[in-house]
Amino acid sequence: MELRTDLALISEWIVKGTHVLDLGCGNGALLAYLRDKRTVTGYGLEIDDDNIISCIKAGINVIHTDLNQGLSDFADDSFDYVIMTQAIQSIHRPDLLLLEMLRVGRQSIITFPNFGHWNARLSLFFKGVMPISRTFPTEWYSTENIHLCSLHDFEKLCVTLDIEILQRAVVDTTHHSSWFMRLMPNLFGEIATYHLRSKLI
Amino acid sequence: MLDVLPPDSIGLVEPKFHTFDSPIALDCGRILPRYKLIYETYGNLNKESSNAILVCHALSSDHHAAGYHTLQDKKPGWWETCIGPGKPIDTNRFFVVSPNNLGGCKGSTGPTSINPDTNKPYGPDFPIVTVHDWVKTQARLGDILGISQWAAVIGGSLGGMQALQWAIDYPKQLRHCVVIAAAPRLTAQNIAFNEVARQAILNDPEFYAGHYYQHNAIPRQGLMLARMLGHITYLSDTAMRKKFGRDLREGKINFGFDVEFQVESYLRYQGMSFVDRFDANTYLLMTKALDYFDPAYKFDDNLAKALAQVYAKFLVISFTSDWRFSPARSREIVKALLANKKLVSYAEIKAHDGHDAFLMPIQKYLQTFKMYMQQIEL
Repeated sequence: MELRTDLALISEWIVKGTHVLDLGCGNGALLAYLRDKRTVTGYGLEIDDDNIISCIKAGINVIHTDLNQGLSDFADDSFDYVIMTQAIQSIHRPDLLLLEMLRVGRQSIITFPNFGHWNARLSLFFKGVMPISRTFPTEWYSTENIHLCSLHDFEKLCVTLDIEILQRAVVDTTHHSSWFMRLMPNLFGEIATYHLRSKLI
Repeated sequence: MLDVLPPDSIGLVEPKFHTFDSPIALDCGRILPRYKLIYETYGNLNKESSNAILVCHALSSDHHAAGYHTLQDKKPGWWETCIGPGKPIDTNRFFVVSPNNLGGCKGSTGPTSINPDTNKPYGPDFPIVTVHDWVKTQARLGDILGISQWAAVIGGSLGGMQALQWAIDYPKQLRHCVVIAAAPRLTAQNIAFNEVARQAILNDPEFYAGHYYQHNAIPRQGLMLARMLGHITYLSDTAMRKKFGRDLREGKINFGFDVEFQVESYLRYQGMSFVDRFDANTYLLMTKALDYFDPAYKFDDNLAKALAQVYAKFLVISFTSDWRFSPARSREIVKALLANKKLVSYAEIKAHDGHDAFLMPIQKYLQTFKMYMQQIEL
């Protein structure tokens, strides 16, 4: 199975034989990969019927869940990792969900599109309109991305919530990095991946 | 009348019987010295006996889950939507066993059966049976059929409760457990509805304290009312509006108490036809089995504790408009399984049909169910 490169990157951060919760798990590709390559167990949470069917087809344990309702079905510290790829920007209260993620899991891995990317900045600065790009392909009125943020915004939130950033990777939409992305990630990075841990434990 | 059987139907089926001569001790403290179960089977048991599926029925259904008894049948079995060649419970692949529960009125020993001690029908003297008792008798049936482990135990509504009880009582004797439109126990509201249904039957002058058989009577009004009430709880507000709206039978109101609105006509028809096919004493028993169902009770009211030893992998399905056993009730089961890190998938299907949705051909439901069944290794 060919895995999206961001998923491949995430799987490198995950220790073998661990227990994982994947929020917005889509068709279960990441969990299937982790199960097959890293003997990881766990569950995917998904709200889309067709994705749920795909997960079941892939033999993934999937639980129909509205992430906006929090993770109250899960006990504290019940997972080694709680993962959320490309979904935090569509959550009603990302801050509350982040806290929930680090309540039920020891560590979290999050990916999201960087709204601080130069393309978004130029669009607002010169054209005065919300950007439409390969990272943000939908118009502002119909997009599911209701809480967009830049890398700086996200890292500020982590400070406020007492969340420690263990690792960060910044790539473009084809999931490649470059020297200028490493130099000025908030300006050149399109997709950010963070590995987090709560400082409070 | 059918000229040709639908190609996706199991076709003509025949019920089978088994009489159990070893006594069974029931939860209520009484012992039945012998009893009979009627059941149907669909498909073929494989050499390894690894493809057997047990289907558990709900409140008012029976062993006739799929296919037709004769070409003259107006309707197939109650779960024809889900059981048959190429359907979620694929009879090309699985061997399906569908019994009528103890206490039933369709051939298994129940209130209408003759009590060997008195040579009269048991009537109200038939012991009250529980979900746990049923599971025990189903396990004995499995033994008779040479099935040491079910590939899956499956049920909707009260049938789902039996599947859940199976996973708790005989953890190693099932590999998969499919619980549809069920709940881990009834709420006060659920019990209240059952109680009104029972009162309707118990207070019918034709009930004769349950001995109506000897009086050649049937508590028609009571059973009809019970069924009408039940039917309201099986449908959603939306489903009723869509089906009937405020349509009038004669196109005008008559300022009287006869049937005027279509929904009244529907309910009366459902109630009346139920009287012809169901026994009031059995209805009372089944509602009690529902009320008493509470697997967490013996585990300090902790469902997670009750499910700690389950071995089966679970599929739990609920329907958005089901208010009898709402999705939140299914989630209680899921949550208890998650607390134990058990293997479970949960789907909440968008449907307008209320509780009855589990019997309906809803595409996403059937796809989810089918996909899960296809993953079952034989």
